[in-house]
Amino acid sequence: MTGKNAKILLQVRDLAATVVGVEILKGINLTVRAGEVHAIMGPNGSGKSTFAKVLAGHPAYSVTGGAVQFEGQDLFALAAEARARAGIFLGFQYPVEIPGVSNSAFMRLAYNTVQGARGKEELDPLEFDDHVREKMKLLDMNPGFLDRSVNDGFSGGEKKRNEILQMALLEPRLAILDETDSGLDIDALRVVAGGVNHLRSPDNAVVLVTHYQRLLNYIVPDYVHVMDDGRIIKTGGKELALELETRGYDWVVDEYKKVGAAV
Amino acid sequence: MSVSAGHPYVEALLQGSRGLPPSPLSWLNQRRAQALERANALTVPTTRDEEWRFTDLSPLTKMHFQPVQAAGALTLTLSDIEGMLVPEAGLRLVFVDGMFAPALSALDGLPAGMQFANFAQGFKVGAALAEKHLACHVGFDDNVFAALNTSYLRDGALITLAKGVVCAAPVHLLHIATQKEAASYPRCLLIAGSGSECMLIEDFVSLQDGAYLTNAVCEIVLEADARVRHVRLQRESLNAFHIANCAVVLEKDAVYQSHAVALGARISRHNLNVVQNGEGAEMKIDGLALISGRQLADTHTLMDHARPHGKSTQLHKCIAGGAAHAVFNGKVFVREGAQLTDSAQQSRNLLLSPKAHVDTKPQLEIFADDVKCAHGATVGQIDAEQLFYLKSRGLPEAQARNLLTYAFGAEIIDRIPVPSLVARLERTVLEQTQTGQQPS
Ligand SMILES: Nc1ncnc2c1ncn2[C@@H]1O[C@H](COP(=O)(O)OP(=O)(O)OP(=O)(O)O)[C@@H](O)[C@H]1O
Ligand SMILES: [Mg+2]
Repeated sequence: MTGKNAKILLQVRDLAATVVGVEILKGINLTVRAGEVHAIMGPNGSGKSTFAKVLAGHPAYSVTGGAVQFEGQDLFALAAEARARAGIFLGFQYPVEIPGVSNSAFMRLAYNTVQGARGKEELDPLEFDDHVREKMKLLDMNPGFLDRSVNDGFSGGEKKRNEILQMALLEPRLAILDETDSGLDIDALRVVAGGVNHLRSPDNAVVLVTHYQRLLNYIVPDYVHVMDDGRIIKTGGKELALELETRGYDWVVDEYKKVGAAV
Repeated sequence: MSVSAGHPYVEALLQGSRGLPPSPLSWLNQRRAQALERANALTVPTTRDEEWRFTDLSPLTKMHFQPVQAAGALTLTLSDIEGMLVPEAGLRLVFVDGMFAPALSALDGLPAGMQFANFAQGFKVGAALAEKHLACHVGFDDNVFAALNTSYLRDGALITLAKGVVCAAPVHLLHIATQKEAASYPRCLLIAGSGSECMLIEDFVSLQDGAYLTNAVCEIVLEADARVRHVRLQRESLNAFHIANCAVVLEKDAVYQSHAVALGARISRHNLNVVQNGEGAEMKIDGLALISGRQLADTHTLMDHARPHGKSTQLHKCIAGGAAHAVFNGKVFVREGAQLTDSAQQSRNLLLSPKAHVDTKPQLEIFADDVKCAHGATVGQIDAEQLFYLKSRGLPEAQARNLLTYAFGAEIIDRIPVPSLVARLERTVLEQTQTGQQPS
């Protein structure tokens, strides 16, 4: 989708991170340019969600090495909320339920905070209601979800749709979508993927964490990365995903180990 | 409770009661005299008293409160209290420093068969009913605050509903504190005849931020099949002392539902005793204390099942910030013969700062063998995953915390069936959590 000259949005160098003293990320390197779609695949427990949460600023993870630049600035100098305002969006693998916080009030607060940070117009509750309903149409979402508490009692697929709705509202520069496809039925997958595609532009980028090739039929990646044991061990084009689908991960791991042994 | 002759503090508080003009009702004079006798014999409880173990009243005993001056009630105008009105409630009784303020009250449009008046007016028709119940349900034999209140018994709110009368809109009983260093003795008696229905909003507010004492007593009687909803808001000044005793008596199949919210006062104590006197009666009791700074809020409830087939549900929540201290003691009593009682009690507590603390003590005492009783207590902090979720959408830390704090309280607040109060409480809670967060 883009050339090598497009602006670099995210530059990750040798990123290492621990949780409760255990090293999970062991040196990740990744460059994401404006306009690109990256897919990150890899076995369970390989560190994909950890990587996503470290980028979003989750306090449970400590960065122990490496550096990340987002649009030229040191990402780790920013608190989680500042990263969101700067344009990073994490679509959670497991969105949390927050009983008692109204979904619409929450989304309006988030929207206005992010808009304010960008020097753009904030919306009052009525204006916001119109705006969010437009976005919901795009995702084929029932407006009834506005009146409910955030994710409270939502089905797995409904939670994922609610994540993409927030993405649509916040219009991030870099969206990191952690298994947004899992839990979605076949029709929902198409709708949600359509929503994501609709939001793509030459100025922003998407990182998709997924286990399945199917999502990548709808959102076609420029790069497919394989993560294993806290590292990206292989990077290829969209055809790599197809190959992984048929062959699994073992061969990639073996290949990586051989190269490692040879060095 | 310990007993001593003429405790100096109580003695000082009693000074004004002796000069009260006698009532034309001899039974009332008698009850006052009995209460005075008890007040003279009792002393202010200390933390050595089991019922006051966590609540130290010594700051109260260091203050010397004067009986209220009559002036306050006379000088206020409607525009002074505009912000306190509840639009849903067409009927309103206002007491200023414990004294009836007719000019501030709104008493037109009472449904037939219902009384909503101060005692002086209400006793013209309702004296016999009052005689049967007034000062009969909140005992003053071993409760110094109830004894003090009763010895001062002069005026109060009388609410009566004849058999089958339904008052659709809530009625607002507004107590306004205007005088510093004064002690006031609000009083309320509600008698809901069989099959009648009403909603009482009992509301304690202040127009000043000084120290004063509100010592309130409320008695509520539900005859068979009556339904009463009781919204209680305690929004006293942050330097005030608020002590309240409320007793509720339920006859057969009556339903009492209470929503008590405590926001104000330096030290507050709310005793709520609900007695199920008839078969099949039901009580649903919600409580929320939201405190910060150096506030102490103590709620003692008793759900007393004396007859079979009773049902009680209780959810009490405390949110404590700063160095605040919340106390909850919830007793469920199932007497012999109160078979097939179904009772569920939950105490949930949220601590917003390391210095805040809560003492929660659910107590079950069961003397019947075929009953279902569940209870539980939790104390926790703001959930880190929820906080991160909100922040990951750009919300500042403080706002995210406030939202989660609010959400914790919302479960109680949202059940109050008065939209304007819900909206007002939402704002108050958000503001109070904000100020509660600032380092002192
Ligand atoms: N808070 C935590 N405490 C302890 N271990 C953790 C924590 N968070 C992650 N881990 C561990 O880190 C490793 C990587 O987890 P992560 O969630 O990043 O994997 P993943 O690649 O996203 O897996 P999946 O495909 O199953 O979602 C796992 O072994 C996991 O158990
Ligand atoms: Mg994961």
